[in-house]
Amino acid sequence: MPERVVNNLRGIGHQVINGIWRLGYASRFFLLTLLRSATSFRRFRLTVKEIYFTGVLSLIIISVSGLFVGMVLGLQGYETLQKYGSSEAVGTLVALSLTRELGPVVAALLFASRAGSAMTAEIGLMKATEQISAMEMMAVDPIARVIGPRFWGGVISMPLLAAMFSAVGVFGGYLITVVLIGVDEGAFWSQMQSAVDFRQDIVNGVIKSVVFGVAVTAIALFEGYDAPPTAEGVSGATTRTVVTSSLAILGLDFVLTAFMFKGA
Amino acid sequence: MDRTVLDLWVGVFVAAGIAALLVLALKVGNASTTFNMGDTYQVIAEFDNIGSLKVRAPVKSAGVVVGRVDNIQFDSKKFAARVTMRIDKRYQFPKDTSVSILTSGLLGEQYLGLEAGGDNAMLKDGDTLKITQSAVVLEKLIGQFLYNKAAEGGTK
Repeated sequence: MPERVVNNLRGIGHQVINGIWRLGYASRFFLLTLLRSATSFRRFRLTVKEIYFTGVLSLIIISVSGLFVGMVLGLQGYETLQKYGSSEAVGTLVALSLTRELGPVVAALLFASRAGSAMTAEIGLMKATEQISAMEMMAVDPIARVIGPRFWGGVISMPLLAAMFSAVGVFGGYLITVVLIGVDEGAFWSQMQSAVDFRQDIVNGVIKSVVFGVAVTAIALFEGYDAPPTAEGVSGATTRTVVTSSLAILGLDFVLTAFMFKGA
Repeated sequence: MDRTVLDLWVGVFVAAGIAALLVLALKVGNASTTFNMGDTYQVIAEFDNIGSLKVRAPVKSAGVVVGRVDNIQFDSKKFAARVTMRIDKRYQFPKDTSVSILTSGLLGEQYLGLEAGGDNAMLKDGDTLKITQSAVVLEKLIGQFLYNKAAEGGTK
């Protein structure tokens, strides 16, 4: 019996040490990516190609979901606000929820599942087929050549995607409430403009999306780079990317919101 | 993929992203109104109670926004709130202008209302407004009402 207890304790210890070791490895990997990112800018073409894969190809999913999220916000907001006789405030509701929270968060979640998982799978497969080792053999630094451009491509794409999500969402809210339901157009825009502050709401939303972009791409690249070089390993790493980055987005969002909107 | 096509798409993407940011800033947000509040001058007013007035609250005269609240401090000598506001240079007010804290709507936010006086001299940068009216505090109002009712009852 004590044998079993000891074994269980050993198991827990092993898990914890492993977790901390992985965290340290991930931080070192992240720092190394930052330190060796000069190549991504000196040969900017590499980064442009990654912006195409992570940004341009995510455009459709981002704009369609933004449109629908905005339309749903408009419908639901109208339903509730109408009870209090202030249906014109629906513009404020849609714009504030999109620029502050939904724009950065939902865009980042979509980005993680659309671009993050693809990045992990790609790098994991490169590792499984020994392309990364081959690069090292040819004295090409894989972190500078493969990881860096993907990282910066993701970090550049993410805020742009989030801004598009919010803008399309506001347009969706406008379509539903003003064009379809018939809320007064002037009041819709003017109330929105008087309530949404450039520094407080829009700039903070952009800061959030940059932070999410860094988190999602760093997690995706690390999981890919760290994946066991087997089919099973790559599939596990892809799953972990989506799960970890979604949790990271939601956790970071809470922390950032707590710092940004202290109820001032 | 062809280089030029790739460049084109990335260019379109980045331009669309920046355009979305601009739309958010100008159409959704208030960057258009805050940034073109050109030259301003500062006016100070002291209140016994500012209620829930906040920095950046509008300063209105006749319902038109003429400026914004810049700073709110507590004056520990006079035990009063010291409110600094910035008013657009285009709008000039007489020296004996009165200022009061008003509420927009029943539950709306509080703002400063300027009521022009009759003085010939105009307000200058850094002037202090003498005639001020504090925010209405609901509890005091109710308390006063009850006190008056009680006093009425006593005389009967």
